[in-house]
Amino acid sequence: MNKYRVAILGSGNIGTDLLVKVQRSENLECVAFIGRSRGSRGMAKALELGVKLSDQSIEYVIDNASKIDLVFDATSAKDHMVHAPILKELGIRCIDLTPAKIGPMCVPLINTEECMDNMNINMVTCGGQASIPIAVALARTHKNIEYIEVVSSIASKSAGPATRSNLDEYIKTTERGVKHFSCAKKTKAILILNPAIPYIDMMTTILAKINEPNLELLKIELASLLERVQSYVPGYKLILGPLFENGRIVVILRVQGFGDYLPKYAGNLDIINCAAIAIAEEYAKAVKNE
Amino acid sequence: MSNNKQKILISDSTLRDGNHAVLHQLTEQQIATYCTAANSAGVPIVEVGHGNGLGASSLQVGEAAVDDLTMLTIARKHLKNSRLGIHAIPGFATIERDLKPAINCGVDVFRIAAHCTEADITERHIRFCRMEGKIVFGVLMMSHMVEKEILADEARKMQNYGAEGIILMDSAGNYLPNDVKEKVSFLKENLKVSVGFHSHNNLGMGIANSVAAVEAGAAIIDGCARGFGAGAGNAQLEVLVAVLERMGYNLGIDLYKLLDASDLAERELMEKMPTVGSTSIVSGLSGVFSGYLKPVNRIAKEFDIDPRDLFFELGRQKVVAGQEDRIIEIAAELSNSGKN
Repeated sequence: MNKYRVAILGSGNIGTDLLVKVQRSENLECVAFIGRSRGSRGMAKALELGVKLSDQSIEYVIDNASKIDLVFDATSAKDHMVHAPILKELGIRCIDLTPAKIGPMCVPLINTEECMDNMNINMVTCGGQASIPIAVALARTHKNIEYIEVVSSIASKSAGPATRSNLDEYIKTTERGVKHFSCAKKTKAILILNPAIPYIDMMTTILAKINEPNLELLKIELASLLERVQSYVPGYKLILGPLFENGRIVVILRVQGFGDYLPKYAGNLDIINCAAIAIAEEYAKAVKNE
Repeated sequence: MSNNKQKILISDSTLRDGNHAVLHQLTEQQIATYCTAANSAGVPIVEVGHGNGLGASSLQVGEAAVDDLTMLTIARKHLKNSRLGIHAIPGFATIERDLKPAINCGVDVFRIAAHCTEADITERHIRFCRMEGKIVFGVLMMSHMVEKEILADEARKMQNYGAEGIILMDSAGNYLPNDVKEKVSFLKENLKVSVGFHSHNNLGMGIANSVAAVEAGAAIIDGCARGFGAGAGNAQLEVLVAVLERMGYNLGIDLYKLLDASDLAERELMEKMPTVGSTSIVSGLSGVFSGYLKPVNRIAKEFDIDPRDLFFELGRQKVVAGQEDRIIEIAAELSNSGKN
């Protein structure tokens, strides 16, 4: 049985964690793990897993286009701007994990169908993947949402250099994503890094201003969405809420990772990667069924 | 003797840190009135904004009565000689949405802040403001939480990005004077740029810690009229200026007019004068951000628990500024464990 052939572009934390997840999949096969330098920790991990390595970046994809069905781009927004047109030209599907946002934003189980028709899709941000299902539950149960705010706190240790230098992009992309999926009039995203040891699990709080909130209805909708997200991110848990406190709706979540490449506290890496894998699995199944 | 003394720059946080004390409800009129008074007293820098700085008005840390740009525009209009300063924390504030408009508003001094171990998130923001030709200070918040060596490493990063001074914030009011001396003098030895200190009064050390900072070589000191600020308040500005003058520093501030500005602040800005209340003492001891005082009191009441227990638990879990959502989470836990 032929597996769906994926290449991972970017050998940082995200790329390496994706690799471990792909290795576990029955439908996906990593045909290349591609970075810029063979000296990175991610490359060492890939070598250990016996995966084909390249330090030729996008050049490798160009030279081996016929052997690749899908590229996960885990580089940076700036690099993805260069990669996207090349991949399009080559006719290779791309799941973009950077905040470049060239293709439509994707949250599995919420708009998987829309994603099937696009050759380039964007995974929003970790905070977006955690909060958008809740924002959707709010939108499905309430009309005219005035405002949704998404606060994520993550362990300092889980935020690599790319995350740290891209906080502004994180905020912008998360705000856009929440707005797109909830149709709230206004959205806001906040990101907090906490260095506490033991390292904290990712926590995401959704705060909303809604006229005449219906918590009972919201609870039912939330329960069903939580269950669906948990099908691909088992460590996604409701900690508190929905509450109506001080004039706002409060829902608090915590996201624990699988502990694949980084330890379990790095739920922020895990959730965006789990989402990307969930979509890649859908592509693989679609091809198989053809 | 006085020739050997460093020049001290006083930065007035009344209209920024004080906003914490009134749930960020300072009005346009209040900002205009106090700016006029501080300007006429010759206060060098007047900081204005939401308690958590630019872009921070939110359900998480509190919505401000007046939006950032309106606050800054009014302040600018009434600060003829004083420099206008802002506080901005990456993760809340962004370059496009917040810093650029602030530059257009005529802000002179950009205080770019991060939790004391996270200086690298300020790189782009510090570099951007420097490129725009603005005065930029790096601010390390909650600086009581780590050792001096780590603070020096983080401060050096900010210095490399272009910060012209590094301000240590005792955001929780946890320092005692010896801690201040140790950390400020270590930073002074290890940095090329000035060192500053921002105190809170939770353990009654607001002025004493500021004096200790100056004695250890600090050249930027923050204060607030009547101590108007988060939690138990800050170093009381007019006392600070009087004490530093008594120590022989010439600050270029008109003391009488500053006292007038403080009287005005007491009359016009405050619901009540800052005091070292019982919960604030616990907040200082537990090392929790002073801005948590109001939400902790409110949520403790809602969940029928002792706010002191809540503060100690928040401290034990090492929360940082901006994690106000954890107050509800921990309150719910404490409330449940109390029932079992």
